[in-house]
Amino acid sequence: MSLLEIRNATLKFGGVVAVNDLSFSVEKGEVYAIVGPNGAGKSTVFNLISRFYDPFAGSLTFDGQNLLKRGADQIADLGIARTFQNIELFDHATVLQNLLVGRHRHRKTTLIEEMLFTARVRREEKAHRAAVEEVIDFLDLQPYRDKMIAGLPYGVRKVVELGRALSSGPKLLLLDEPASGLSVEETQDMRWWIDDIRTQMGITVLMVEHDMGLVSSVSDRVLALADGAKLAEGTPAEVQADPAVIEAYLGAGAAA
Amino acid sequence: MRIQFKTSYEHDIRLFPDRWSFGVYAALLIVAFALPWLLNAFYLGEATNVLIWAIAGLGLMLLTGQTGQASLGHAAFLAMGCYTGAILMEMGLSFLLAMPLAGLVTGVIGMLFAIPAVRLHGVYLAIATIALSILADDIIVLLEPWTGGVSGKFFEPIELFGQTIDRWSTPHLFYWMVLVITIICTLFYRNLLRAPLGRAMAAVRDSEVSATAMGVHIAYTKALAFGISCAITGIAGFLMGIFSGIVTNETFSLVISIQLLMMIVIGGLGSIHGAFFGAIVIAFLPQALSILTDAVSSSSVAIPGLESGVFAAILIAFILFEPMGIYGRWMKIRIWFELFPFARKDMFRRQKSYLKTERLR
Amino acid sequence: MDLLQLLVSGLANGCVYGLIALGFVLIYKATEAVNFAQGDFMMLGAFVTLGLVNAEYMNLPFWIGAPIAILMMGLFGYLLNFFLLRHLFGQSQVAVVILTIALGFVLRFFAGMIWGHLPVSLESPLALGDLRIGSVVLGMADVAVIVVTFLLTFFLYQFFQKTKIGLAMQAASQNQMAAYYMGIPVKRVQGLIWGLGGMVAAVAGILFASKGAIDPNAGYLGIKAFAAAVIGGFGSLPGALAGGLIVGVIEPFASRYLAAGYSQIAPYALLLAVLIFRPHGLFAQVRNKKV
Repeated sequence: MSLLEIRNATLKFGGVVAVNDLSFSVEKGEVYAIVGPNGAGKSTVFNLISRFYDPFAGSLTFDGQNLLKRGADQIADLGIARTFQNIELFDHATVLQNLLVGRHRHRKTTLIEEMLFTARVRREEKAHRAAVEEVIDFLDLQPYRDKMIAGLPYGVRKVVELGRALSSGPKLLLLDEPASGLSVEETQDMRWWIDDIRTQMGITVLMVEHDMGLVSSVSDRVLALADGAKLAEGTPAEVQADPAVIEAYLGAGAAA
Repeated sequence: MRIQFKTSYEHDIRLFPDRWSFGVYAALLIVAFALPWLLNAFYLGEATNVLIWAIAGLGLMLLTGQTGQASLGHAAFLAMGCYTGAILMEMGLSFLLAMPLAGLVTGVIGMLFAIPAVRLHGVYLAIATIALSILADDIIVLLEPWTGGVSGKFFEPIELFGQTIDRWSTPHLFYWMVLVITIICTLFYRNLLRAPLGRAMAAVRDSEVSATAMGVHIAYTKALAFGISCAITGIAGFLMGIFSGIVTNETFSLVISIQLLMMIVIGGLGSIHGAFFGAIVIAFLPQALSILTDAVSSSSVAIPGLESGVFAAILIAFILFEPMGIYGRWMKIRIWFELFPFARKDMFRRQKSYLKTERLR
Repeated sequence: MDLLQLLVSGLANGCVYGLIALGFVLIYKATEAVNFAQGDFMMLGAFVTLGLVNAEYMNLPFWIGAPIAILMMGLFGYLLNFFLLRHLFGQSQVAVVILTIALGFVLRFFAGMIWGHLPVSLESPLALGDLRIGSVVLGMADVAVIVVTFLLTFFLYQFFQKTKIGLAMQAASQNQMAAYYMGIPVKRVQGLIWGLGGMVAAVAGILFASKGAIDPNAGYLGIKAFAAAVIGGFGSLPGALAGGLIVGVIEPFASRYLAAGYSQIAPYALLLAVLIFRPHGLFAQVRNKKV
């Protein structure tokens, strides 16, 4: 059974069909990339999985559970975490606090306990911080731990965004354009991180990306979308060689 | 220059980051308790007033500063706590029971108001709360059998642990009682801030979308924030009633709501200190103004609207020149001294952000 | 008929609310800022006109004094934007809200200092005479209010939809950076719209003060106008007028048919009801955006 299964998903915004009868599945432990020109519906697919939108038709299943029966705030509980294309961090908090919010789904303490700050709350806080510290170690965010997001450079924010998603301990990680706006070195770092996430942490990664270099070097399978519908699916090499894909947006003469 | 090396998670969690700040707050607490011996009855009353306003400010700060829900209607909750407490005491409950109960009732009503209010953002929420504040005035008159309507409600001196505590005959006892309540409220607030719920509230303030993606239930968190905020505000309202001895439907008007919001902005939005700084400004402004007007003109005619006008002008000055409020300025000065001589000129420069319409969400 | 009389007098009041609401929505449409002091702008406009026209002050003829007052308020709005609001450029909406609320207090204080706190009437030719249609009586001032309001709404609507400046203003409010790139002088455009808001408020003030007496607390009318703007849906000019009319008509009917304490709360109860069931007003302009 695949970890994530999308069957015949359709979504319309007024007259515009954003996602057109799309079906694909993501297997456990793989890195699956979605590519396509702007407006192809890639982020819309993410928003469907995150339950910000309701599909007009179709089904979404994660780990055997029907996603359509869950609200947007229950997705993290199932084990899905995501990053956002235009960084949505908490600007008026430190990096550490942002990462700690990622642990929200593991919260076990009640309101009264927290107001009194009982020993149980203290223990839980230490456990949260220990878990978050592992993410900080993994992403080398130590120098930024107590800095406010508002003063950090773009590249660091992108990494914090990734860290926050990792802090929730997900089974499936949705990365929305992880390399956009990053320099060559930062993209390389991102590549190794995604690799480690898959191999060392055993987390399945579903990502939307434009940077074909990153896609080819780290993904197991690629899905090419155009106008909300599937154009091609397969290994990066297969998709890049597919004539329909080349015609759609890689440009004639840009064959791999 | 104080450098903090944190060597344990415990260090990060505890209330005071180092010995120095612990010492400062301990000293502050000692002075606060010693105040009845240092001040005369009049100024002690003023100090009590500051503390009561600080509690009200904490209530609003939790909602507006921490969770980002601007409320221009908190005078309604002050009134609710006040009248509820008065009615409970009339029914025979002791002060010790009536006060937390009044807070609880106000908190529950606040949560009820939150149910439709969570769908409102920014300006719409502000307008809804303005409407609430105005409605409160009329509803108090309508509920005259319970609230005494336009003629108002009187407060008897309260009995606590066998002692009669009255603002006029035992100002020091009254002050200590209010001080203890203030400390408890501040402690609860601070605890919330360093626990997951406080972080969740900040998440709701900064980005609802990603907060939801992290598993924060927005409506529930906002409702909780409203509930706790209104509970604290209700307690403050009850104390205000006992402090002034009489309340009418005009005591808790829209102007009070607005002044409360202005107060926490002047103090410093989002910080506990802000509530206290703001309370000091609002409580001592009338005094300062009367001293000034006496010095400038010889007539003793009261100038109507002077207090509100000056308060508003101070707020405008702060918004333009020091949006982080008194606490913000205090932090900047402190950091300048701590980093001396390495403080850079534009360290606190705000990042300019360009406006994007909120009509597409 | 009694009902008709109530309706018509409610309409006249509603038009004053609508005019103030128009000012709100104008400024909101172009700058996404909510001017909580719009009611006090109206009060100030009325008092400035009073100061120019009334016998105890400058005693100018009405038809000279009124346009001067309108222009002065336009300048006031522009300068206000220039000196105060530009500092807030790029800050959150809440900061502007708090600033304008505080501004209202300051304006009220100064108006009281300059013109006193007692209600005064504007000596306006509009106040003379009645119009009789069947059994319905309307003061000339009321007729003037209704006519001017509808005309102004129509012209402003056309201004926003059809003229280049109007479109530039809408662009500047929807996406400032993009507007800059397209060569729109955003700050100047914003100054213009605040000036326009000031002028509309002045017109509202003149009409209101012709109908009855005015004192520095008249600005609190702005809150009802706010309710009107919200009911109609922020962002829609005709909606602002519609909201104003609704609130204006509800008031006399409520005071006639509901018990004494309940009639005053009618507009605000309606406001809360609209906010609960249709959070973005009756003529909403909010759409879903792609994240």
